[in-house]
Amino acid sequence: MKTPDVTAALGDKKLQLAIYSATARLGERRRETITSDHEELRQYAHDIKKHTLDHLDFYLEQLERNVEARGGKVIWAKDGAEACAFIQNLARKRGVKVIVKSKSMTTEEIHLNEHLEEVGIEAVETDLGEYILQLGGEKPFHIIAPALHKTKEDVSDIFEKHLHSKRETSPEGLTKIARVALREKFLEAGMGITGANFLVADSGAIVLVENEGNARLSSSAPKIHVAVSGIEKVIPRAQDLGVFLKLLARSATGQPLSVYTSFLAGAKREGEPDGPEEFYLVLLDNGRTRLLADESKRQSLYCIRCGACLNHCPVYRKIGGYNYPWVYSGPIGKILTPQFMGIEHDPWLPFASSLCGACGEVCPVKIEIPRILLELRSDKVANDPDRAELWSFKVWAWVMRHPKFYARLAPLALSAAPPVGPVKKWLSQRDLPVPPAKSFRDLWKERSK
Amino acid sequence: MVRVSLFVTCVVDQVFPNVGMAMAKVLEAAGCEVEFREAQTCCAQPAFNSGYRDQARTVAEHFLTTFEGAEYIVVPSGSCCSMISHHFAELLPGDNRVHDLEPRVFEFSQFLTNVLKVEDVGASFDGLVTYHDSCHALRELKIKDGPRKLLQNVRGLRLVEMDTAEECCGFGGTFSVKFPEISGGMVRTKIDAIERTGASTVVSIDSSCLMQIQGALDRARSKIRTMHLAEVLANTLKAAE
Repeated sequence: MKTPDVTAALGDKKLQLAIYSATARLGERRRETITSDHEELRQYAHDIKKHTLDHLDFYLEQLERNVEARGGKVIWAKDGAEACAFIQNLARKRGVKVIVKSKSMTTEEIHLNEHLEEVGIEAVETDLGEYILQLGGEKPFHIIAPALHKTKEDVSDIFEKHLHSKRETSPEGLTKIARVALREKFLEAGMGITGANFLVADSGAIVLVENEGNARLSSSAPKIHVAVSGIEKVIPRAQDLGVFLKLLARSATGQPLSVYTSFLAGAKREGEPDGPEEFYLVLLDNGRTRLLADESKRQSLYCIRCGACLNHCPVYRKIGGYNYPWVYSGPIGKILTPQFMGIEHDPWLPFASSLCGACGEVCPVKIEIPRILLELRSDKVANDPDRAELWSFKVWAWVMRHPKFYARLAPLALSAAPPVGPVKKWLSQRDLPVPPAKSFRDLWKERSK
Repeated sequence: MVRVSLFVTCVVDQVFPNVGMAMAKVLEAAGCEVEFREAQTCCAQPAFNSGYRDQARTVAEHFLTTFEGAEYIVVPSGSCCSMISHHFAELLPGDNRVHDLEPRVFEFSQFLTNVLKVEDVGASFDGLVTYHDSCHALRELKIKDGPRKLLQNVRGLRLVEMDTAEECCGFGGTFSVKFPEISGGMVRTKIDAIERTGASTVVSIDSSCLMQIQGALDRARSKIRTMHLAEVLANTLKAAE
């Protein structure tokens, strides 16, 4: 099985320090903020997600009725192409040249920015981290902290090059430079695009959670607001937000609540002073119904994109976000990518885990990530077994069922193993213990005499 | 008298036999009658974790046959113990033997503290010790305080916590050889944390983690030694008559 070359990330001391300290800080804040009812909240959230996804058709139809009753429009997109085509056409029809966007992994998933660029529309990311990356031509490194790997100096370099600003390395100063540049874009933009953290079926509302205020501005300043969301983001009732908003903010950034929580229902109505004139909700499938059909792995769709599993994953913390093949990195990416793309796409992914279980322990909606990783490994083997490995496990299993052979063969295998294959790989990193003269069973026999 | 059947695991049997002997010594001193069933081999985890469930299933079946009728099964490994008590059910759903077995399988420290209700075995050990939480013991078996209490009650032993005791050592079975660079990076982060404590000995309840940690310590020419909890608890303990 081919595995990616991660030596560049592992050997980059500056990068290692940036990842390790930023994820440690997020993890520590999370621990400080979670309350004694945290386990209860997690179970409650899991149960709500389970119920909703088990009855997804019902809640999506209810959502659609309620969005349209409030003057919004729902667009069902079976894949990224359909979602992008709708937005391209809408922008063309309304003569939109500039679009402001707030952070959305779903639009990253469908490469919306690239599709808009193709038809000559400028889509500007307005989340500070996303903006930095867009200027520098990079992709999100982390689900919630996209520019986690960038130092203040890196950001200053990017701003100097693309915004022609002066050297500035204070976070306040850098934010100010971005704010001035972005303010122009907000005023210019004919359309705002956001994701959605939650879709509330009983109110026909979308909920956006953020810390910078740019999502609120993207959804209210331009005349048109388009929200793009996966179909799994629906929750039944507004009152369920009491559970999810707490869990999301605490798990993601260790805040009691995020700074801005926007509850957006439809377009501006008569007599209202502000808000967009048109509101569209693009509901994206893009493979989600296929995941939904798999009952034992369906819970992969419960994810609320908090990023806690990344912050606690010892593998993510070593290799960083760019060694994962798709937009979703870390443990959640390891289970989503094979299910969205097919296990044959990157078969190594579910194997790149020590199965330490830290991801499952912190997941706010209790997705059993380690169990799903194990199932995906088994799927990979069932689909496309590695002949040599299959053969060695067959021999291994036979030996393990025949204790007399095992007792004789195991010591031989240990003392005479040539330094190739797995032994060589082990020795590339650490020493091997010296095999003992006698096994436990030998010592026990001697003792019993 | 409590009758205990040892499942020493293949790693302890073949690589760290003294850990198995130490465990037997501590259990006997605590008043148990200890047996060792020679037909035992492996818990099936390597195949299960690698996705080879058919092969894992046959080895799990062998385990079930071997330990039929055992009153308690005690294991010097959180990971192997959890394979049996938590994952056999996924391999053999609906098998009553698995259902009967689950409440009778214990990791060594868990058996001492939860079944025998022993937190002081009367051992002594001179030195500064730090404890590494092995992942499956911690997260699947919820073992956290038991081993620490046992260590704190050892005469002469001073326990010091590392700042990242719960972080994985990077072993992960076949992960360690499928992704050696990542696994190596993880264990080097672990030994940095161990070194920061100033401890001369690092203790765990899983020999596989200790093999990984000791291997990295040796490679770094460190003087720090690894010991299984059973070896510490058996220290200066008189063998049962």
